[in-house]
Amino acid sequence: MATYKTNEFKGGLKIMLDGDPYSIVENEFVKPGKGQAFNRVRVKNLKTGRVVEKTFKSGDSVEAADVLDTELQYLYNDGEEWHFMDPATFEQLVADANAVGDAAKWIKEQDMCSVTLWNGAPLSVEPPNFVVLQITETDPGLKGDTSGGGGKPATLETGAVVSVPLFVQIGETIKVDTRTGSYVSRAKDE
Amino acid sequence: MQALQARAALFARIRAFFAERGVLEVETPMLSRYAATDPALESFRLGDGLAARYLHTSPEFPMKRLLAAGSGPIYQICRVFRDRERGRRHHPEFTLLEWYRPGFTMHALMDEVADLLRVALNAPDLAAERIAYRELFVSRLGLDPWHASVDERRAAALAAGVPGADALMLDADGWLDLLLCHCLEGDLGRGRMTFLYDYPPSQAALARVRATPYPAAERFELYLEGVELANGFRELTDAPEQRRRFEADLLARRRHGQRPVPLDAMLLAALEAGMPDSAGVALGLDRLLMGLLGVADIDGVLAFPAERA
Repeated sequence: MATYKTNEFKGGLKIMLDGDPYSIVENEFVKPGKGQAFNRVRVKNLKTGRVVEKTFKSGDSVEAADVLDTELQYLYNDGEEWHFMDPATFEQLVADANAVGDAAKWIKEQDMCSVTLWNGAPLSVEPPNFVVLQITETDPGLKGDTSGGGGKPATLETGAVVSVPLFVQIGETIKVDTRTGSYVSRAKDE
Repeated sequence: MQALQARAALFARIRAFFAERGVLEVETPMLSRYAATDPALESFRLGDGLAARYLHTSPEFPMKRLLAAGSGPIYQICRVFRDRERGRRHHPEFTLLEWYRPGFTMHALMDEVADLLRVALNAPDLAAERIAYRELFVSRLGLDPWHASVDERRAAALAAGVPGADALMLDADGWLDLLLCHCLEGDLGRGRMTFLYDYPPSQAALARVRATPYPAAERFELYLEGVELANGFRELTDAPEQRRRFEADLLARRRHGQRPVPLDAMLLAALEAGMPDSAGVALGLDRLLMGLLGVADIDGVLAFPAERA
């Protein structure tokens, strides 16, 4: 079992705490003038995304988490789970709804996603920062209004709902920033 | 580059301060056959077996040998080395100002430290206050650091909201260290110099322990804007007691699975020959410079941090 000593702590290091995998967000070494030193760390639970603080006695060891960040291609959803493929090895991996989370409403077949693997299985899925998706439903806008002064909800092919300018119509494809969930532009013909 | 200029000017003010007071600048070896025994310090070791040498963690032992040899008041500005210490306020190699005053009490030395800081910081009106260690813990945490049980110390840490305190396994002093650096030191020295003094006898390090009005180590630390800058002692001059503390340190090191280190026989011989009653203090000049320049990270006052050295 691999372990890390507190003096190896740094941002991004993956460790096990109470049975869950965590990523170190911030590590601070604190020591009184004489005596025991401590590492005060902020860690993110990779399952829940929650950030908590922990205190370690310097010199203690912590179990390493077998966590790997990788780029996988999204293949399809079978109604329950999401199937991904490693483009280098063609190995296929299955992610459940917990792991996919919010990414589900942005990704479509062929998209490359950042997937965090824990013990070889998908733990979390990040969609690409920008996705291009087709609008399946929106109110017809006013003809000739290209000012972009107002907004209306539009449903995309993946089911996500974003606010779009009034001039954007059903059937058009648009570019969306998945980090904010906001409309960026109409997509050029691609 | 601005930090290096400020550093040079700071050193010049310090040297002028000591020249005016008749304190002699000295140099002692950085490489020694002996090492600090303190379990909280890890020395860098060079070479193996009989040829092993240790980089000093402070120049304390050879400077005390100079005192025993009749040097009179002395100071030194030097680089010291501490393995495994790295953070925003810690760097494995840093600059220490250490000085010794034969005939000074702990309180007289605190006065001189305050005088030096006013000169070093160009702050002639900077106020200084003194708080006894016990008083700080009682007034801020309702905890008696001399008598509270380990469970009471843990409960105080939990009540103060130290994250993960429930899972920590610490000894009695470890809990005090945790409370001091997580809950108390951040408020010390705000807009003034705060001297914390009279430490628990179990944290005497190399200080003399006084019996009255309650047993206390004649040790002090100086805080400025929540940062610990200096640690001082009324120095232990009793050779058998020094040997006992060294051996207790070595036992603690063995218990914690730390590397054994050779204890300084030359220091013990000097104490046996007789060292004058003295007070001494070590002050971190990188942190002082951080305070002077308003820099929060020690890397900001170094020419090149360890990772780029």
